[in-house]
Amino acid sequence: MSNLLDEFEGIKEKNKSINAYITFSQLDDSISDGKLSGKTIAVKDTISTAGLRTTCASKMLENYVPPYDAHAVSLIKKHGAIIMGKANCDEFAMGSSTEHSAFGPTHNPHDLERVPGGSSGGSAAAIAGGLADLALGSDTGGSIRCPASFCGIVGLKPTYGLVSRYGLIAYGNSLEQIGPMAKNVYDCALLLECISDYDNRDATCVNTKRIDYTSHLEDDISGLKIAVPKEFFGPGTDSIVEKSVWNTIKKLESEGAIIEEINIESIKYSLAAYYIIAMSEASSNLARFDGLRYGLHSGKSKDWNELFSNNRKFGFGFEVKRRIILGTFSLSSGYFDEYYIKAQKVRSLITNDFKKVFSKFDVIVGPTMPTLAFKLGEKLTDPLSMYMSDIDTVSANLAGIPSISIPCGNSNSLPIGIQLMSSHFNEKTILNLGNRVEQIAGV
Amino acid sequence: MSSSIDGVKIGLEIHCQLTSLNTKMFCNCSADYRGKPPNTLLCTVCAGLPGSLPVLNKRALEAAIKIGLAINCKISNKSNFFRKNYFYPDSPKNYQITQYDKAGGIAIANEGYVETNLGGVRITRIQMEEDPGKLQYEGSITTSSNTLIDYNRAGISLVEIVTEPDLVSPKHAREFLNTIQSIVEAIGECDSKLDGSMRADANVSISNGRRVEVKNISSFKEVERALNFEITRQKTIQAASKMETRHWDDVRRVTVTLRVKEDEEGYRYFPDPDLPPMDISNDYIEQLKNLLPELPEKRFIRFTNDIKLPGEIARILIKNKVVADYFEESLKYENNPKLISSWITTDIMGYLNRNNINFIDLSIDAKSLATLAKSVSDSQINEYTAKSILLKSISSNDHIDDLLKSEISNSVTFENLLEIIEKVLNDNSKAVADVKNDPQAIHFLIGQVMKATHGRADHSKVKELIEKQLK
Repeated sequence: MSNLLDEFEGIKEKNKSINAYITFSQLDDSISDGKLSGKTIAVKDTISTAGLRTTCASKMLENYVPPYDAHAVSLIKKHGAIIMGKANCDEFAMGSSTEHSAFGPTHNPHDLERVPGGSSGGSAAAIAGGLADLALGSDTGGSIRCPASFCGIVGLKPTYGLVSRYGLIAYGNSLEQIGPMAKNVYDCALLLECISDYDNRDATCVNTKRIDYTSHLEDDISGLKIAVPKEFFGPGTDSIVEKSVWNTIKKLESEGAIIEEINIESIKYSLAAYYIIAMSEASSNLARFDGLRYGLHSGKSKDWNELFSNNRKFGFGFEVKRRIILGTFSLSSGYFDEYYIKAQKVRSLITNDFKKVFSKFDVIVGPTMPTLAFKLGEKLTDPLSMYMSDIDTVSANLAGIPSISIPCGNSNSLPIGIQLMSSHFNEKTILNLGNRVEQIAGV
Repeated sequence: MSSSIDGVKIGLEIHCQLTSLNTKMFCNCSADYRGKPPNTLLCTVCAGLPGSLPVLNKRALEAAIKIGLAINCKISNKSNFFRKNYFYPDSPKNYQITQYDKAGGIAIANEGYVETNLGGVRITRIQMEEDPGKLQYEGSITTSSNTLIDYNRAGISLVEIVTEPDLVSPKHAREFLNTIQSIVEAIGECDSKLDGSMRADANVSISNGRRVEVKNISSFKEVERALNFEITRQKTIQAASKMETRHWDDVRRVTVTLRVKEDEEGYRYFPDPDLPPMDISNDYIEQLKNLLPELPEKRFIRFTNDIKLPGEIARILIKNKVVADYFEESLKYENNPKLISSWITTDIMGYLNRNNINFIDLSIDAKSLATLAKSVSDSQINEYTAKSILLKSISSNDHIDDLLKSEISNSVTFENLLEIIEKVLNDNSKAVADVKNDPQAIHFLIGQVMKATHGRADHSKVKELIEKQLK
C-alpha cells in the first residue's frame, strides 16, 4: 500500500474522536500534477461533489449524491488536490459551533470537550487535527473565520464575487462565499489562487483580473495604514482575546504600520441586519427541499401539501426550522418593511461606512471571535448568545469585503484569532499583512 | 377608451412564451420541449438541484424589450428579478423567478398602450419570468385522482403582459388578445400556434363587486367563454362579495373556486440575490428598436392608404403576418391588390378554415397566384374561370400554371368569339330588335354567347363586341 492510502486509514481512525468528516472519498493512490499536487483537502459538506454524497449535515440530504462538481471543486481537482472527504458543519451552514449537525458535533482538536466553531467546523478541525492539509469552507456570517479562530488555523472569506458559488448549497446567497482554509497563510493564498477563477455559471461572480496571491506575501508592510474599530472590542469580548489582538497590533506598529483607533458606529446594527437578511434568504433557498425530487421522503401522504410538510418536518433539524420560520416571518407582508427592508438599509449604511474607512486606511483589524472556543453544549440552549458570537465577523459579509482570520496567540492551549479586512478584491493586502502577523505571532 | 354599460371591468395577464429562443431562460437546456418524453430536458439549474445558479439568457431580455417597444411601453434602464415564493409541485425550487413592481422591483417595461377595433387598452407593465413545469391530470382537475409532473417546461422564458382593467366585454378581451397575438407574431418572438404558448389569466368585476381572478385559461377562444360564464355568474349572485381566485375548468366549462385570494401578500416577494440587477442602455434599446419589423397597425395604415384596400379586407390580412406577407409577395409579380386580396380573404381563407388547414400549409405559392391574376388582367381568362382554377388547384394540389395552360388552350379565340356572336345575333333577331327599345335586353344576348362558350369568354369583352355589332 502507498503512503497516501496508509495515511488515509490513519485519518479515518483519528476522525473517530474528532468527527471532522461526514463522508470519506474512495481514494486510489494516483496523484495528479498541479499547484496543489499531493495536498490532501477536506471539502465542507455544503459544497457539491460529483458522485460523492453531499449532505449539508442534514437528514434531509442524507442520501443525496450530486451529479456535478461545484466550480471550486473542479478547480482543486484540476490543480491536483486529493479530496479526502466531506467535512462536517452546522446543518445547512446554520450555526457557529458545528453542534447542529445531523451527524453529531465535531470536536475541537485542541480540546475535545470544546466546539471547533462553525459552521465550517469540520473543515477547520480536519486541518488542526492533521486530517487534511487544506480545506474548503463557506462563510455566510463568519463560518470560515470563526472555526479558523477556534482551531488555530488560517481561514479567508473572499470578496463577494471572487469565487464562484456554483455548487455551493445556498444558505444566505447574497452574503456567502466559498473560501480557503489552511495551516498557514502561504497555503491559504495558494488555495485562493486556485479557486478564484472566473465562472460564467454564477451571475454574481465578477470577471476581474485574478492575482497570484503567493507572490505578494513578502511585500513591505511599513506605511500600511491600519484602522482598529472600537466596536470590535465590545462588552462581550474576553480580556485575553483583547490583549492578544492588541499585542499583535502593537508589533505591527513597531514594524512600520500606522495604527489608528476609529469608530464605525453602524457595526452595532450589523448582527441584527445580518440575521434578518440571512434567514430571509434561507427561507426561500431551502424551499426546494420538499423531498419530491431528491432528499428525504417520509412516505405516503394524502396530498402534496402533507407530503411536503412531513418531509420537511422529519428532514430539517431544529435550528434550520427556527431560521426558516424567522426568515419567512421577516419576508411576510406587514413585516417586510419593518425587517427585511430595514436590514437592507443597514447593510447599505455599513457598506458605505466601510468604504469611507477604506478611503483612508488599507486594513481594518480586530478580533475574529470575542471569546475562546466554548464548551460543547454551553450555548446550545441559548441561541441569542450563540448568535452574539458572530458580532465581529458579520460586517465583512454585509459589506462584501474580504476578511481573514490568523492565529495570533493562545490561552491555556486554546487558540486566539486576529481578523484583517480590506477593501473589495484586495485579498492581496490582507494576505500580505497576514503573512507578517503569522511571522511575528509565532504561534 | 371604451366604457361598459353593465360596469364590467376586465384586466388581463397574458403569458407569452418566447418560442423564438433556443434555450431556456436561465440555463442551456433546449427550449424545444413540445412532444419530448417527460423530464428529459433538465439540467442542474432548471431542475433546481442544490447549489445550481441561474444565469439570464440574453435573448430573453432582447425579446422582452422588443415586445415592450412594440406595444408602446417605456423600457426600464434598470430592471431586476424577484422571487415569488410559494409551495407547489410544478416549481422545482418552490419559488418562481419573476419581476415585481413594488419593494424596489422594476419590470423590464411599463406604461404601454394598444389600440383595438373595440377600443384602446392601457398596458400596466411587461415582466419577464420563468414558466413552471406542467402538472398533468387525468380528465378534469376537480375529479382527477392523481397528478403527474413534467418539468421539461420548467424554466422556459415567458413575458407576462399586464393590462389595466380597460376591457369592457369578453368580446373586447378576445379582440385585444388577437391584436397582441398579431404583434408578437410580427416580431417573431412568439409562435402562438404552438400549444400553450400564449395563455391568459383574467380579472373580472362588475359594478359594486369585488375582483375575481380566473386562472388556467388555455386558449383565447376559452377566454371569451370563461369571461362570459364568470360575468353571468357574478350577475346572478349580484356581484362577487369576496376577492377570490377561480379556476376555468374547460372540460365542464365552469369556473370553480380554488382559494380565497391572499393577493400578492402570501408570496413573500424579495429581490433574487442570484441575479444582479440589469443595466439597459438607451443605445441598446435604440438598436433593438431598429430591428423591429413593420408592426400590424402600421401595415394596416399602409394597406388602406397606399394600396387602397378596404379597411375590413386590410384588417383580415394584417391579423396574420404569414397572410400579409403572402399578399405582398403576390403583388410583386402582379400589381392587382383588389383581386388578389379578395381571393386570399374569401376563397383561400374560406377553404382553409373549412378544412382546418393553417395558411402556412397552403399549396399555392404567391407567384402562381399572381400569374393567375395576371391572366385575368390580360383578358386571357375571365374572373369566373380564374376562381374555378383557384379552387381546383387548392383542393387538388394541381399546379395553377398547368391548369391555366390547359384552360387557355381550350379558350375561345377572338375569331371564334366573333363567329359565335354573329351566329347568336342571327338566331335571335327578336332580341336584337328589342335592344333598340330596351338596352337591358342586351343581357339576354350576352347570356347566349356565354352559354355557347361554356362561360369561358370575357363577359365585358362580349358586351363590347355585341354593342359594336348592333350599332
